[in-house]
Amino acid sequence: MTAASRAPASRRRWTENPHLWFWIFVGPFVLGLLVFVLIPIGWSVWLSFYEARNTVTPTRFVGLDNYRHMLGDSAFRSSLKTFVVFAAFIVPVTFAMALGLAVLVNTARRGKSFFRSVFFLPTACSYVVAAMIWRDSMFSGVSSGLVNTVLGWFGAEPIAWLSVVQPPWYWLVITTARLWLQVGFFMVLFLAALQRIPKGLYEAAALDGATGWKAFRYITFPQLKATSTAVLMLLLVNAFQAFDEFYNLMSTTGGYPPYARPPLVYLYYTALGDVQDFGNGSAGAVILTLIIAAFALLQGRLTGLGRREA
Amino acid sequence: MATTVTGPRRRRRGVRPGSVVRYAVLAALALIFLVPFYLLVRNALSTEQEITRIDGWTWFPSSPQWGNLSEVFDSTSVPLARSMVNSLLIAVTQTVGVLIVSGMAGYGLARSTVRYANAVFYIVLATLLIPAAVTFVPTFVMVSSLGWVSTLRGLIVPGLFQALATFLFRQYFLGFPKELEEAAQIDGAGPWKTFWRIVVPNSWGFAAAVATITFIGSWNAFLWPLVIGQDQSSWTVQIALSTYVTAQSVNLHGMFMAAIVSMVPLLLMFLFLQRWIVAGVEQTGINE
Repeated sequence: MTAASRAPASRRRWTENPHLWFWIFVGPFVLGLLVFVLIPIGWSVWLSFYEARNTVTPTRFVGLDNYRHMLGDSAFRSSLKTFVVFAAFIVPVTFAMALGLAVLVNTARRGKSFFRSVFFLPTACSYVVAAMIWRDSMFSGVSSGLVNTVLGWFGAEPIAWLSVVQPPWYWLVITTARLWLQVGFFMVLFLAALQRIPKGLYEAAALDGATGWKAFRYITFPQLKATSTAVLMLLLVNAFQAFDEFYNLMSTTGGYPPYARPPLVYLYYTALGDVQDFGNGSAGAVILTLIIAAFALLQGRLTGLGRREA
Repeated sequence: MATTVTGPRRRRRGVRPGSVVRYAVLAALALIFLVPFYLLVRNALSTEQEITRIDGWTWFPSSPQWGNLSEVFDSTSVPLARSMVNSLLIAVTQTVGVLIVSGMAGYGLARSTVRYANAVFYIVLATLLIPAAVTFVPTFVMVSSLGWVSTLRGLIVPGLFQALATFLFRQYFLGFPKELEEAAQIDGAGPWKTFWRIVVPNSWGFAAAVATITFIGSWNAFLWPLVIGQDQSSWTVQIALSTYVTAQSVNLHGMFMAAIVSMVPLLLMFLFLQRWIVAGVEQTGINE
């Protein structure tokens, strides 16, 4: 900031002292990123090689023992499986729904902003609030729950959605909550992209007889490529961070099976539970980061993210 | 905006069957999306017996229980008012902070001529792809060694450095017309003055979009406040609500009323800023 206060008096431009100006503008952000993101990652890697229970200044170097322990831990392994399955389901389904809604809303002649608002509104809801509605009103296991009431009209027995620990019932509860919460946000990203497609493209295509599905297939979808790539990446990272709904919907019974918990919930209990096991928690975090990085790179390779930026 | 048609088909007179189907689908989906909100309001205004009764479903409470509203504020086990104030302080500070920090960084990254600007940008991009939540263990360790556990500082400061906001601002400023800035520079303004006098006043629309996204994210944040807010005095509203969910026995009507109360600031914000989000997103590089 001392450098900044000098700035207004000067008549310098970006080209005259580029290093100084770069750090005046970017410095505060980079400093924060360093302290709160990059150093913690480094610290995490360091901690993962030590036995660190209830202490952050461990002295016993254990090499790869923490990694061996976490990878040998069937609960952690099954939590990794949970999140891969969860991501494999939620990413394409959200993508398709958000795109479909955007196209539908975009072609609506009237009430466009009404529909946009309705689908976007759940974004204002937190996972905690959604968990309340889903667990205690919509999918509550008793006959007074909405879904069981509707099922009852057709003569079906009430389903104990969340109190049975076997899939698939709790799975349905978890995924619908997330879909409801996030579809609208991504729909808005697609809507914005749709508005930018030049109308002339559709008119030219219509002359060649390409309308409806063909127009979507050969014009809309290719034009949305950049947005699609960004949306897929955001969805993937979001799915791998799943915590709130699992914690709020499933931690109540205490004895929930490990496969119902994604890695973050598991790491939360490992590192910040009764025994603050930072060593094993950090090893788990590093494993998780590597897996996410691998998926992100794979997806980047498949969809071409990064090549555009270069 | 509501009446423009950018779809592939030309306007024709009369009602086409395709458009009837489309509206039917849209209306049905809209209804499904609104059901959870309906349940929220219905339960918040019901008595406990009406929510849990098993002999037949009621669509509306027989008489709205407005007293439920004052009840949730009187509760001593869940400090709703206090945690609302905490959440407001955190969300407002983080939103303002992110706008300044990321706005400046995005501008610097977009305009700088130094060779390593791209390298810095790639680091930002990389941290965007690595979920922040994965770093919560070491960040917790660090923040606790600073003595920031259960403090507003500990809740606010780590959230001021958002790679996504910086990325969005950079993409936006790449498309900002340079001519405006050049005119200011000819008048003798340096980059600092140009940024605050010319660029910022012309970017409110986009800033509003980033502000909305940041505010929502901050208000709804759960994992970090759960880790850091260990004393009741530092609870955010989401943590306070969560104690309803994870409690062994709760009064459901109070829980749903508290949930509605927790959403009021965001709903107000939506009323005023919703169209800015679409307009703002249209200007970002996410669509480029």
